[in-house]
Amino acid sequence: MWKIAKYIIFDIIKSKVLIAYTALLALISVSIFMMDTDVTKGLVSISTVVMIIVPLVSVVFATTYIFNASEFTELLVSQPISRKDILLGKYVGIGASILGAFILGVCVPVSLFAFSVTALVLMLVGCLLSLSFVSLAFLAATMTSDKAKGIGLSLMIWFYCAIIFDGLVLLFLFSFNDYPLEKAMIILTSLNPVDLGRVMILLQLDISALMGYTGALYQKFFGSGYGMLFATVFQMVWITVPLLLALRIFKRKDL
Amino acid sequence: MKILASSLCLLLLLQVSVMGETLIVGPGKTYSSLRAAVAIADKGDTVLVLKGTYVSLNTIIDKEITVLGKGYPTLDAQQKEEVVTITANNVKLDGFIIRNSKSGDMRDFAGIRLHRVHNVTVSNNRLINTFFGIYLSDSKNIRVSGNTVKGSREAINSGNGIHSWKCSRVTISNNSISGHRDGIYFEFVNNSLIKGNTSANNHRYGLHFMFSDDDTYRNNTFKNNGSGVAVMYSKRITMLHNVFQENWGSSIYGLLLKDITSSQINGNRFVRNTTGVYMEGCENISVHQNDFSNNGWGLRVLANCVNSTFEKNNFKSNSFDVTTNGSLSLNRFKDNYWDKYEGYDLNKDGKGDIPYRPVSLYAQIIEQIPQSVMLMRSFIVSLLDKVERAIPSLTPESVKDEFPSMKQWTR
Repeated sequence: MWKIAKYIIFDIIKSKVLIAYTALLALISVSIFMMDTDVTKGLVSISTVVMIIVPLVSVVFATTYIFNASEFTELLVSQPISRKDILLGKYVGIGASILGAFILGVCVPVSLFAFSVTALVLMLVGCLLSLSFVSLAFLAATMTSDKAKGIGLSLMIWFYCAIIFDGLVLLFLFSFNDYPLEKAMIILTSLNPVDLGRVMILLQLDISALMGYTGALYQKFFGSGYGMLFATVFQMVWITVPLLLALRIFKRKDL
Repeated sequence: MKILASSLCLLLLLQVSVMGETLIVGPGKTYSSLRAAVAIADKGDTVLVLKGTYVSLNTIIDKEITVLGKGYPTLDAQQKEEVVTITANNVKLDGFIIRNSKSGDMRDFAGIRLHRVHNVTVSNNRLINTFFGIYLSDSKNIRVSGNTVKGSREAINSGNGIHSWKCSRVTISNNSISGHRDGIYFEFVNNSLIKGNTSANNHRYGLHFMFSDDDTYRNNTFKNNGSGVAVMYSKRITMLHNVFQENWGSSIYGLLLKDITSSQINGNRFVRNTTGVYMEGCENISVHQNDFSNNGWGLRVLANCVNSTFEKNNFKSNSFDVTTNGSLSLNRFKDNYWDKYEGYDLNKDGKGDIPYRPVSLYAQIIEQIPQSVMLMRSFIVSLLDKVERAIPSLTPESVKDEFPSMKQWTR
């Protein structure tokens, strides 16, 4: 497993796409901090980038890579290595490379320009989001057999999580306005990794406004470490569950 | 002029007291308690209390004397009574630790009570665990300065730190108040000055104003109070260079203004409050040169406020800058700096060329559906806000800053 991961990492580092992604993230982060003297405002802008670009690149890049390396996978399958080791090896390889790109592109500039608790949370959210979207890419890639469908599916996942989902939630809120929706909202949030990440950042940036909310459940959710813990745990779930599902499918898949 | 006159009076008073006799209270001295010394003292004498702990079950100072503590002697009421009551004019009480007054439902037991007096100074005392701290009633020309008032009782058994009722020309300066119900409480108090105080961690309001006209408060800090600061039913209040910070929670405001007319709010800083300033039924208020930063809501101006002006304020990193509850606003916004402003300045005059509308669509949505707070900063919300800014249809048309400043105001 570790050997496979190592080969994949070496392979990906050579690819231009990942280098371009790292450079893009670094460019965005540095230019945002250069442009604005207000560090908090910079962090807000970067968090928007993290919410949109990081999931997109993670999911599309991972799916594409899996399909491009399908021959390598077939070769590995013919060897006496368990399928579990192959898949997890691939996950560790791809996940580590994308995480590395994020760390170089965002974490380093953010730590240099604006190190604070908010910045730490932003970095954590970015890392978790990268990993969960790589996980979702694995699910998309194992579920489909040809490349076009796979990439289509992963794009759909991104589009749904980053944009459509919040629209649906807003619609849901408008339609069921008269009902107590606190619990429902917290459950809805946990259904989307991007939302979970956003809530974690909200808890840092807008805590003054969030504390104005009257409901007891929200008070508990926002006012204590409970919200942070909840979001982190569910992010973890979003990393492990799609990966396990992908593993299940991959074990039985006819390559 | 009035302040000058009163300080002159004080100087005269000091002269007189120097001329009088000095009575020393202390262990092994002529007088073993403050009460015994006061009983003997004549007008103009000085009572000097040496370091030590004295039981003081409502010692009444009913003569025009100066009472000084040396090395912070402690007057303790053992939770049985009030500690000290001043009922004579021209008294000065300075340098004591005053502690453990009784709590009560029927009477407001205080650490230091002043009733129907004038020209009294209460300074440099430390009040610890009192029900009401310093209680002024029906008095004139009072100076309360440099005291530390620290309550340690639970909310239901706490009175106000510095309480004044029906007074005029009171100066409250450089005190520090914490752990009480209201830090400073004013009811029917006119022509007074509150200056350089710190009021923090009180159960209810840091400062509570009712029916008190022509007062000024400046350079005070109000921090982390249960409900912030409330100024109600008053006229001609001047609020300058105060700091309001970290007043958090639902219906908790940095500064609550209710039915206030002809007042000025200048040069204050509102930082990390759930709502910076909340205005209801206000008229002719000028809100100039204030800083609103990191608040949930910077300003909440209800539709029943008229004729107020908001100029040269900085709005930075607030979740929402301004909200209102109506569609028509009769107030004027001008020359403010808004960090969310996305306009341009082609003629380089430092003013944005397109007006800024501080009320966002999402702020309106959150007003109707509070649960949508979960969607803050999401892509869909910023999209909606952008669309609304381009073609305003739901947000109040009249709330706008015609000439937003491009640069932050430096102070």
